[in-house]
Amino acid sequence: MAKYIGKRIKRTEDPRLIKGLAHYVDDIDLPGTLHVAFVRSMYAHARITGIDTAEAMKAPGVVAVYTGKDIATKIGPVPCAAALPDLKVPDYRVLATDKVLFVGHPIAAVVATDKYTARDAVEYLYPGVYLEELPAVVHVIDGVPTSPVIHEHFGDNIAYKLTSGEGDIDAAMKAADRIVTQKMIHQRLAPIAMEPRGVLARYFPGEEELTVWSSTQIPHLLRTQLALMIGIPENKLRVITPEVGGGFGSKLNVYAEEALLGWISMQLGKPVKWIESRRENMQATIHGRAQVGTVEVGVKNDGTITGLRYNVVADLGAYHQLLTPAIPTLTGLMLSGAYKIPAIQMNVTGVFTNKMSTDAYRGAGRPEATYVVERVMDVIARELNLDPVEVRRKNFPKASEFPFHTATGLDYDSGNYDGALDKALDLSGYQKLREEQKKARDNGKLIGIGLSSYVEICALGPSQAMPAGGWESATVRIEPTGKVTILTGTSPHGQGQETSFAQIAADELGVDLNDVTVIHGDTGVVQYGIGTFGSRATAVGGTAVLIAIQKLKEKAAKIAAHMMQCDASRLSFEAGCYTREEAAAAAATGKSEPVVPVGEAPGGALNEVPTPTNGRTKLTIQEIALAAHIAKEIPPDTEPGLSATYFFEPKNFTFPFGTHICVVEIDKDTGETKIIKYVAVDDCGKVINPLLVDGQVHGGIVQSIGQALYEEVIYDDQGQLVTGELMDYAVPKAAQIPWFETDRTETPSPVNPLGVKGVGEAGTIGATPAIVNAVVDALAPYGVKHLDMPMRPEKIWKIIHA
Amino acid sequence: MIPAAFDYVRANTLDEALNLLAQNEEAKILAGGHSLIPAMKLRLTQPSLLVDLGRIKDLSYIREENGQIRIGAMTTHYQIESSDLLQNVCPLLPECASHIGDMQVRNKGTIGGSLAHSDPAGDWPAAIIALNAELVAISKSGERTIAANNFFVDLLTTALEPGEILREIRVNKTNGRTGHAYVKMPHPASGFAVVGVAANLSFNGGRECKAASIGVTGVSSKAYRASAVETALTGAELNDSTIDSAAAHATDGIDINGDVFASDEFRRHLAAVYTRRAIAAASERAK
Repeated sequence: MAKYIGKRIKRTEDPRLIKGLAHYVDDIDLPGTLHVAFVRSMYAHARITGIDTAEAMKAPGVVAVYTGKDIATKIGPVPCAAALPDLKVPDYRVLATDKVLFVGHPIAAVVATDKYTARDAVEYLYPGVYLEELPAVVHVIDGVPTSPVIHEHFGDNIAYKLTSGEGDIDAAMKAADRIVTQKMIHQRLAPIAMEPRGVLARYFPGEEELTVWSSTQIPHLLRTQLALMIGIPENKLRVITPEVGGGFGSKLNVYAEEALLGWISMQLGKPVKWIESRRENMQATIHGRAQVGTVEVGVKNDGTITGLRYNVVADLGAYHQLLTPAIPTLTGLMLSGAYKIPAIQMNVTGVFTNKMSTDAYRGAGRPEATYVVERVMDVIARELNLDPVEVRRKNFPKASEFPFHTATGLDYDSGNYDGALDKALDLSGYQKLREEQKKARDNGKLIGIGLSSYVEICALGPSQAMPAGGWESATVRIEPTGKVTILTGTSPHGQGQETSFAQIAADELGVDLNDVTVIHGDTGVVQYGIGTFGSRATAVGGTAVLIAIQKLKEKAAKIAAHMMQCDASRLSFEAGCYTREEAAAAAATGKSEPVVPVGEAPGGALNEVPTPTNGRTKLTIQEIALAAHIAKEIPPDTEPGLSATYFFEPKNFTFPFGTHICVVEIDKDTGETKIIKYVAVDDCGKVINPLLVDGQVHGGIVQSIGQALYEEVIYDDQGQLVTGELMDYAVPKAAQIPWFETDRTETPSPVNPLGVKGVGEAGTIGATPAIVNAVVDALAPYGVKHLDMPMRPEKIWKIIHA
Repeated sequence: MIPAAFDYVRANTLDEALNLLAQNEEAKILAGGHSLIPAMKLRLTQPSLLVDLGRIKDLSYIREENGQIRIGAMTTHYQIESSDLLQNVCPLLPECASHIGDMQVRNKGTIGGSLAHSDPAGDWPAAIIALNAELVAISKSGERTIAANNFFVDLLTTALEPGEILREIRVNKTNGRTGHAYVKMPHPASGFAVVGVAANLSFNGGRECKAASIGVTGVSSKAYRASAVETALTGAELNDSTIDSAAAHATDGIDINGDVFASDEFRRHLAAVYTRRAIAAASERAK
């Protein structure tokens, strides 16, 4: 059956992208569009003492200026979907009203006839914005800042405190021979999708219909939230996500600008557009990571872990975006890593700071957990003088122990951690690498080998564990001409599901891949869906496609049986054809079935309409689709048409895993790190399209290299954003990336019938600790046990030249 | 990322460009635009008029004249990088060009535009200083020649007067036993030089350095000549130890920039390391 699944099929999305023929939000031109630009705070924390819009309003081409006071009561707050006990949720207005709380905080929106005039009007408005600067809360490295209080009515800067985990942690620590402790900083990162955010909104006053084009990962959830914020009936609001140039979680959100643009279009009765600049993207699109924590691990002298405690302060920024406070809870879930740890406790304190909100960035809380666990495994190995491989293997659950329950409350679905580790060791020539490292050290060279055996949680997720539904939907239709249309509730923005879902459908239906079209990201066309994030699209959305097809085939078989005048149980389906079995068997044995002449009804069936297909013993599913639409020869109790919809609710998450091995060389003179070898063995269950999986792994490792070596969102002591441009914030470029050797093991997931697990975030989860472990290993001769990211040359140079 | 309003004129001749400059104090020359346009988009600069030199044909050339190499100011980085003539008679220039930005930038940006911008972390200034180049400036009142070492005045400031256009860069052909090198630590985000050092050495017999010329960029508010290094090298027998001790003078008397990527202390160290590497590579190539 598998003509397409498992094959390296090139993305069908790519030709239009490569040729520049795709349509992003900014490529959509509607006549009469007005353009919006924002006046944003240049201070991290300030009181707004007055806004005088007169000068800006005088400028030719300026249509309207809106300030927070104008609209405070007209548009609902930016929503937070995270529900945690005693969570403090600030009132997050779409434009600042009394205070500005971060650099980039929108203060006013200017609407003008073109984008140049709008941008100029921002300059005219600036002098009319009166701000009284206040001291800012910026750093959380030394704990929770107590003064000033950002949201005064809360009394302090703590958004929430939460303890999670299972097992008797105190007993577990007592049972240990020693406690290994390490403080670690996960620096703030910027997701940097290649396409920044952008919104186009068009209101038809007569029809009372609003259409919002937005570069988002969650069109349906956005529609629901925008309807509530703006106060328009949800069935009068259509959200369209045209081509989306990357998200990495940063577009898994509901932003002030999206609501504001919709509302402005309703006020003015005209289309309005805003395209985020890169500077705005750095300032006012969510950031990721930003945790400072201390991990304590109880270990026996043979390396067996007895318990793990992680005390962490999460820098949440000034407000909660959609999932801000929930991200650190994902860290808590994954603190068992790939290991049997009898007791685990996380104590997290979420803290408000005068910075942009943190939220989901590729991995979303899990890279932090994996980093903590994989980093501390190396610290343990060092303290016990064991090979890092040995410590890991000692604590792995064996393949026979799955499903495996963790002390973080999860049930890992399937795994073979030794298998992936063995393959990575083999592929990298680990023993030989260690020998070469020793030789190099003797020659005064700094070579480091780092590994990371990760587990991640994917296929988010069962609805019980999700803030707003964790299922996914699919509709599959076969059109009268036999073309197959799939409507998926996921919202691919680079993942390639137009290709991989077509592979699933083409195999299951036995049709040509080119006959399948996958439609997504338009709430006016597609049934409600959840969206693309959390490495869920194929495991949850792909399964919905598969089951919808199976439903459709039940109906098709019924029609086929009717048309071929047999019982459905006598039909076989192969390569897109229904065949009457005894006909095939009879043909094989040389006997023939009695054939009913065309136009002549068999005796006793006088009411049956004679049809041209009478007598046929083989029909393609595409022929059946036509018959189902013409509806002349379908069974009397059957609905015309051929489509099926399915909403798939997964029973569990999936847990992909793997081992990455990185080898670095450090330039002693300059402190520069060079990756000289990178091996990744990932297990994401069954693979639909290996090319797509490779791409996900490559991209993820690149972003990990970014975090490990280069990237950091830096705010200075006044809360000014120092890394406000791509000239300062170093996203790795092709020339900074080594060759990757990638391979896989395949342990199918029992959670879904496809056996897939998800791979979207594996790279950013698995790779970062491997790279940092390699750098720390290289610096072992200097007694280095830990070093915080990013591994800037100066940091390393200071160690070497201390 | 939207600039303030400006006028644009595509000059067809140098005279036309000079006239426009003379008439408009707020005018800026567009010579590739890879620094100017981003600065305008961030509204860091708001010229009222851009005078585009891109279509003036006789500003883009690499040729030999009177025993010198002459390079038109509008010659692109890529043209220099791929010039067989320069590869033969002045390989430092192609080597330096290969370190600039990426392929797209090198195909659009020009040597004259880059030099006249005087970015403190640009690559060209180091090479131009090391080659003791002469820069020819033209205005309505005629031409004058400025020595490379006097051309870079301060951060984004050159010796060009208002109304002057950089027309040509002149370097001497290398002859005798010489060796060149340009080495650089690029900033991981911008690709500009955290430290960039160009070395131009000539030798008597053996390893004895006859003359040394060292240009350093990225370290201070402008590119500079490392005179103390040159003095230490001149007449010295070059080996690891003499190179090392000469390179230690890379930042003598220089105010060093520090930023979040590299403090002034680290930059001082890097300047010495890269100076040593540039000298060692140049010396090796002279063999």
